[in-house]
Amino acid sequence: MTKLNLKSLKRRKSLLAQAENQLDFLSNGIFKKGELPTFKDKINANGFYPLKPKTLEILQINLGYMCNQVCSHCHVDAGPDRKEIMTKETMQYCLDVIEKSGAHTLDLTGGAPEMNPHFRWFVEEAFNVGIEDIIVRSNLTIIKANKKYADLPEFFKKHRVHVVSSLPHWTKGKTDKQRGEGVFSASIEALKDLNKIGYGMPESDLKLDLVYNPSGAFMPTDQASLEKDFKKALIEDFDIHFHNLLAITNLPISRFLDYLIASDNYEDYMHTLVEAYNPTAAENVMCRNTLSVSWDGWLYDCDFNQMLCMKVDSDRNHIKDFDVEALQKREIKIHQHCYGCTAGAGSSCGGTTT
Amino acid sequence: MSNSYYDPKDLKKFGDITDFQKELGEKFFEYYTSVFEDGALTQREKALIALAVAHTEQCPYCIDAYTQDTLKRGVTKEEMMEAVHVGAAIKSGAALVHSTMMMNKVKKLDG
Repeated sequence: MTKLNLKSLKRRKSLLAQAENQLDFLSNGIFKKGELPTFKDKINANGFYPLKPKTLEILQINLGYMCNQVCSHCHVDAGPDRKEIMTKETMQYCLDVIEKSGAHTLDLTGGAPEMNPHFRWFVEEAFNVGIEDIIVRSNLTIIKANKKYADLPEFFKKHRVHVVSSLPHWTKGKTDKQRGEGVFSASIEALKDLNKIGYGMPESDLKLDLVYNPSGAFMPTDQASLEKDFKKALIEDFDIHFHNLLAITNLPISRFLDYLIASDNYEDYMHTLVEAYNPTAAENVMCRNTLSVSWDGWLYDCDFNQMLCMKVDSDRNHIKDFDVEALQKREIKIHQHCYGCTAGAGSSCGGTTT
Repeated sequence: MSNSYYDPKDLKKFGDITDFQKELGEKFFEYYTSVFEDGALTQREKALIALAVAHTEQCPYCIDAYTQDTLKRGVTKEEMMEAVHVGAAIKSGAALVHSTMMMNKVKKLDG
């Protein structure tokens, strides 16, 4: 069993549970004093402002903030105490949009998306309306959390779901420190279950990717090199296989922002991100081909903007009013957290971007 | 001038050493970059060696840089400390092995 070390910021009644307080913090201090350029000024210097969308390819839908884990760096502030969950009615709006939006990929996230009672129905219906690829961001431990989830690997296989799972390290110590006691062992067991039915095996088309995010106030190193180290360790220690490692930079919002401030790393971390600004990564940011839908149907440029309550800059900002042409004309909303996606080799829900 | 010989901000100025001698500086950085690429040793293994040497050289800049680099590469704190102990063992061993000279001399002069 996994043991929860934390409560959500919301449950703790932390000031940072409110998006406006996070945005205030990111607007002031080193950015207000001019010690660092705002993200707007930075991309303006490269001619990328205003940031405009390209063709919509991915619909990322957050099925709810409820999760069986409380990870220390969660940008969603998810946890068992979060009750926000997408209704079947909102899912139906999403299905209508999937049919007509032109997006080829549905990216289901949470919380633990599998905890939504309509999750399986939604996956089946999404394929019925013609989506090409469905990604489920599974935290792995959900498969081991309760008997009712034990057949998830078979369900994923039946529908050829692309499974993307967080595993911040190949050792118990580092993984449990970030994701909660017992998470590593449960994740390893879940990975074995997935491997057993073909997920992640070499030559298998049942896709299993792992997500790495740093355990502290530093950026990830080269994705390919990390993937090599992950594969070597997981095969040697557990005979576990996966396809690709996606290296993601922690964005300075929510619990990670809380950690940065509490550990006195905020300013140095922002300096690191700004100094590592990469114009090519800025050109390839995921918000240009992705739209994020919240549990209650509002539209955002990305999952991070969703957590900061920065709805898309359009009057068609709810899934029930979806208008792909109107949305394509919008300006993408940005703030200082966006430096996380443009630093180094770039960062997105699909890993590096350059 | 700073009141201290070492300033953490100077680490970021490392690349500026080419300002006073461009050709040699550039040659050094080209060599330095090549050394840390994947070869018979992985980048991770090289970073750990660098961390150990950073300690034996007692270079604050190098300790700062390679602590961050090894962390980014997923090196655990146990691995880092073991690497430092390897460096420390060689350092102390290097001092102690010289005591054979002292012992030889003692035996010759006062044997």
